[in-house]
Amino acid sequence: MLELIGVNTFYGNIQALRDVSLHIDEGEIVTLIGANGAGKSTTLMTICGINTPRSGEIVWDGKPIQRLAPHEIVRLGISQVPEGRLIFPDLSVRENLELGAFLRNDPAGIRKDRDYVYDLFPILAQRANQSGGTLSGGEQQMLAISRALMARPRMLLLDEPSLGLAPIIIRQIFAIIRKVNENGTTVFLVEQNANQALRIANRGYVMENGRIAMADTAAALLQSEQVRKAYLGM
Amino acid sequence: MDIQFFIELFFGGLTRGSIYALIALGYTLVYGIIELINFAHGEIYMLGAFTALLVAGALGIYGFPAGGILIVAALVAIVWCAAYGYTLEKVAYKPLRGAPRLSPLISAIGMSIFLQNYVLLAQTSDFVPFPRLLPEMEFLAWVDYIMGPSDFLILTASAISMGALWLFIRHTRMGKAMRATAQNRKMALLLGINADRIISLTFIIGSALAALGGVLIASHMGQVNFGIGFIAGMKAFTAAVLGGIGSIPGAMVGGLVLGLAESFTTGYFSGNYEDILAFAILILILLFRPDGILGKAKVQKV
Repeated sequence: MLELIGVNTFYGNIQALRDVSLHIDEGEIVTLIGANGAGKSTTLMTICGINTPRSGEIVWDGKPIQRLAPHEIVRLGISQVPEGRLIFPDLSVRENLELGAFLRNDPAGIRKDRDYVYDLFPILAQRANQSGGTLSGGEQQMLAISRALMARPRMLLLDEPSLGLAPIIIRQIFAIIRKVNENGTTVFLVEQNANQALRIANRGYVMENGRIAMADTAAALLQSEQVRKAYLGM
Repeated sequence: MDIQFFIELFFGGLTRGSIYALIALGYTLVYGIIELINFAHGEIYMLGAFTALLVAGALGIYGFPAGGILIVAALVAIVWCAAYGYTLEKVAYKPLRGAPRLSPLISAIGMSIFLQNYVLLAQTSDFVPFPRLLPEMEFLAWVDYIMGPSDFLILTASAISMGALWLFIRHTRMGKAMRATAQNRKMALLLGINADRIISLTFIIGSALAALGGVLIASHMGQVNFGIGFIAGMKAFTAAVLGGIGSIPGAMVGGLVLGLAESFTTGYFSGNYEDILAFAILILILLFRPDGILGKAKVQKV
C-alpha cells in the first residue's frame, strides 16, 4: 500500500533520513520505534510532503508520490496525527473536526464520521463548543486523532500519541487505535513507548540515527535482546 | 465643555478611524498568515482612490447618474486592487518564502516605492480633484453639524464590510481554513489546506478592503494624490499594532481608537500634533505593550 524505497531527507546540510526503506500493507498496524531524534517524525513528515526527500521514492498504490504537495497527499487518503497534537487552540472542538474534513464534499458522510468520532470519544461531543486550547492533554490527543479520522483516511499516521499522557489515557488511546484499525484503517504508528506500540502492532521497524536498524514482526521485536535492552528498559 | 463640539469630534474620529481600520485589517490579515508587514499595503489604498477617479471620470463623460458612478467606480477599484494585491504577493513575496525575514520586508518597501512612482509617472504629482458624487441625504439634515453624507457613507460602508469579513472568517469553510493557517501553518497543510491559496486569498481580501477605504476617503476629501498611501498606510499600521497585530478585532478597535485619539487631539489641542500623536502611540505601544490591546502574548516559536 505504502512503500519507502531508499529515502534520503535533509534539513539544509544535515541528513535526517539515510536510505530509509520500509513498507506498510493494507490493514496492518506497523510501528516505527526509536530514540528521540532518530528520524521518526521526519519519516512521517516526508511521507506527508512537508519535507521533500532529496532522493529515493515513496510509492502509494504503485505510484510515486514524493513530489506531491501536502494537500494532494491528504487527498490520496493519508492523514497524520502529528507529534504535539497541534490542535488549533482558538478554534472550537467542532471547528477543529470540520477542518479535518476540509477536502471532503459530502455533508452526509461528514456528519456520519463526526458521529463516529463522538462515539469513539464521547468527551469531545460534550466539549464541542469549547476552544481546542482549553482541553486537557488527553482530550487534545483524542481530538487530534478524531480530526485526522474526519478525512476518512485509508492510512492513519500517528506520531507519539502517548507522549505526556497518563497511563490510563494511554491505554484508552491505544485501544482506540486498535479499534480504528479493526474498522479498516491502516495504521503507521511512531512511538518512543516501544512496549505499548509493539503490543498492538503486526510488524515493527527500529530506527537509529536516521537509518532503519531492524525490521521484524512485532512479536519477534518484543523478544529481541537488542530491542529489550535499548527500548524496553529490560 | 461644549457637548456639541465633543460629539462632532467623536464622529469625526469614528469616520477617520473606520478608514484606518479598513486598511489595518489588510496588515493584520497578512501578518497573521505569513508574519510579514506588507509595507506596500498603503499604496493599494492609494491605487483604489486613483482607480475610482479614472473610472468615475470615464463614466462621467457618458452622463451616468452620480450615485451610480460612485458605486461602479468603487466596485471596479475593489476588483482591480484585489488583482493588484494578488499579483503583488506572487511577484514580490512568494519567491522569497523561506528567505530570511528581512528579505520580504525589503521587497515590500521596494514595491511601495515602485507603486508610488508608477502612479506619479502615469498620472501626476499634483492633487487631483475627485468629483462630488454623493447625493444629498435629507435624513441627515438634523445632524448636519456632526455628519455629512460622506461621513455617513464611510461609517456604513466600513461597518458593513467589516461585518461581512467577520462572518466570512467565523463561518465559512475558507474563513476557518484561514484561521487555522494563521494558528498553525504546518497542521493546516497536514489537513490538506493549500497554504498558497490561503495566502492569495488574504492578499485579495486585504487589498479589497484597502481599495474601499481609498474610494471612501477620496470622495470624502474631494482630492487624491500619489502620496496619500504612505501616511495612511503608516497610520493604519500603527492602528494594527495598537490593536494587536494579527488580531482581526484588534485592527478594528485599533483603527477606531487611533481615529478618536487624533480627532480629539486636533479638536482640543492643535492639528499640528496629529501625526506626532499617531507615531508617539506606535512607539509607546511597541515599548510597553507590543502585543497591543487585543493581541495575545506569544511565546517565541522554537
